[in-house]
Amino acid sequence: MIPDDATLTELLRMPVYGPGSSFSEVLKARTPDLLPPTEADGPFHVPEGTTVLALRFGDGVIVAGDRRATEGLQIAHRSIEKVFAADDMSAVAIAGAAGPAVEMVRLFQTELEHYEKVEGERLTLEGKANKLSQMIRANLPAAMQGLAVVPLFAGYDEGRGQGRIFKYDITGGRYEEDDYHATGSGGKDARSSLKKRFRSDLSRDDAVKIAIEALFDAADEDVGTGGPDLMRGIYPTVASITGAGLVEIAEPEIERLFQELISERRDQMLMPETHTVDVRRPAQES
Amino acid sequence: MATPYYVSPEQLMKDKADFARKGIARGKSVMAIEYSDGILFIAENPSATLHKISEIYDRIAFAGVGRFNEFEQLRIGGIRLVDVKGYSYSREDVTAKGLANAYSQSLGNIFTSEVKPYECEVLVAAVGDSTETNELFHILYDGSVTDRQGWVAMGGQAEALGTYLKDKFPKKDPDLKAGLKLGHDALVSVEGREPTPSGLEVAVLDRTRARRKFRRLTNEELKGLL
Repeated sequence: MIPDDATLTELLRMPVYGPGSSFSEVLKARTPDLLPPTEADGPFHVPEGTTVLALRFGDGVIVAGDRRATEGLQIAHRSIEKVFAADDMSAVAIAGAAGPAVEMVRLFQTELEHYEKVEGERLTLEGKANKLSQMIRANLPAAMQGLAVVPLFAGYDEGRGQGRIFKYDITGGRYEEDDYHATGSGGKDARSSLKKRFRSDLSRDDAVKIAIEALFDAADEDVGTGGPDLMRGIYPTVASITGAGLVEIAEPEIERLFQELISERRDQMLMPETHTVDVRRPAQES
Repeated sequence: MATPYYVSPEQLMKDKADFARKGIARGKSVMAIEYSDGILFIAENPSATLHKISEIYDRIAFAGVGRFNEFEQLRIGGIRLVDVKGYSYSREDVTAKGLANAYSQSLGNIFTSEVKPYECEVLVAAVGDSTETNELFHILYDGSVTDRQGWVAMGGQAEALGTYLKDKFPKKDPDLKAGLKLGHDALVSVEGREPTPSGLEVAVLDRTRARRKFRRLTNEELKGLL
């Protein structure tokens, strides 16, 4: 239901102490149909399959994600966005059913901005992480029907002066990760890659580099994860969050890093004299 | 049997309006001034946390004078209203006109149907891509709306500030520094004393910023600019 004029006047005169500074409570009180459904009869076939990751570095945290959405064995979308700025200081990277995940992110973004405007100050990073946890828990009945949303949340904690990473389970369980985490269908492959490369004193450039390498490794192993699409020029999303705020890494830089990685890998692979299995067909004799 | 007193509607409305005006006249003032990059708000406000000026939406800001609890309720109601609207449609569908209209309806209803009218006035301002497309809506305690240009003064010293600004407002939009000086000088001339930077609440809707145009100026910035 879309709010009509009568509802809008009611909203304006709603007691301040009613919903407090929570946007979801405002929706619940006046236009509950705008909230995400908590029940669903499944199972459904919805776009899913993903690799999203986050890792800490000296000045903050890097968040990255591939761009492919799949429905079963079909590609549903080639350039979907999975990394979203929650506000200036934090980002959510989504994995799971795309529809409910994108809706959850939108509600979460509005929730954070709403709180900031009403209260005159931002929520702490801890507060944001807990809010997201409640939203995932509210989605549990839908998750049981196959519409699970399992995001990764990362941001810069202004109080502590460092980047922090939170992972979740479908019940809303919230777990802080020390160094890095990756989730989605290719999460395990990305984690294995990060595990070998991660150091606690990474610079921003090195952190971006190993994030890209982890995404490449995940796409190499997992059909649900899209690698760099050189033909269409679609590259994974990478964002860095530091004390200065959230910055999305420009596409040319990402493209360059992928090209470097590919040529590095190619050099290692194309040494035929060391191969026992030759993947190339023998030349046809005419 | 006691006979109920008859009060004519004219008298009733006049009494309510006088009551509301007196309440507003007791409070401090707020000014909005259009400058080259957007809209500037200046208020004399000794509190650093109880704001008279605040952000409503991407391009929209709010300023209130009079009773704090009353305009604060309108402010929070306004944020709820635009956030619901932006969430159910799109961010571009949120307009200052719609919000000003809702405030006008709400204040008008309160003025006619409640025993006590609200003793406050509010300003809804939206920064456009150019000065010509800026919007300034001044909504009075009885729900009447005026569409303004250049500058707005409201609150206790509204009249005196208005006279000063009308006289001194330049033909071409001032830059931030000149606009701030104009507002500051208006306050000095009307109040007869120099306000300290920490006693001023200053914010801008700056069209050069990214999505959210609203920004508060810190005390350090104010010291530098004045």
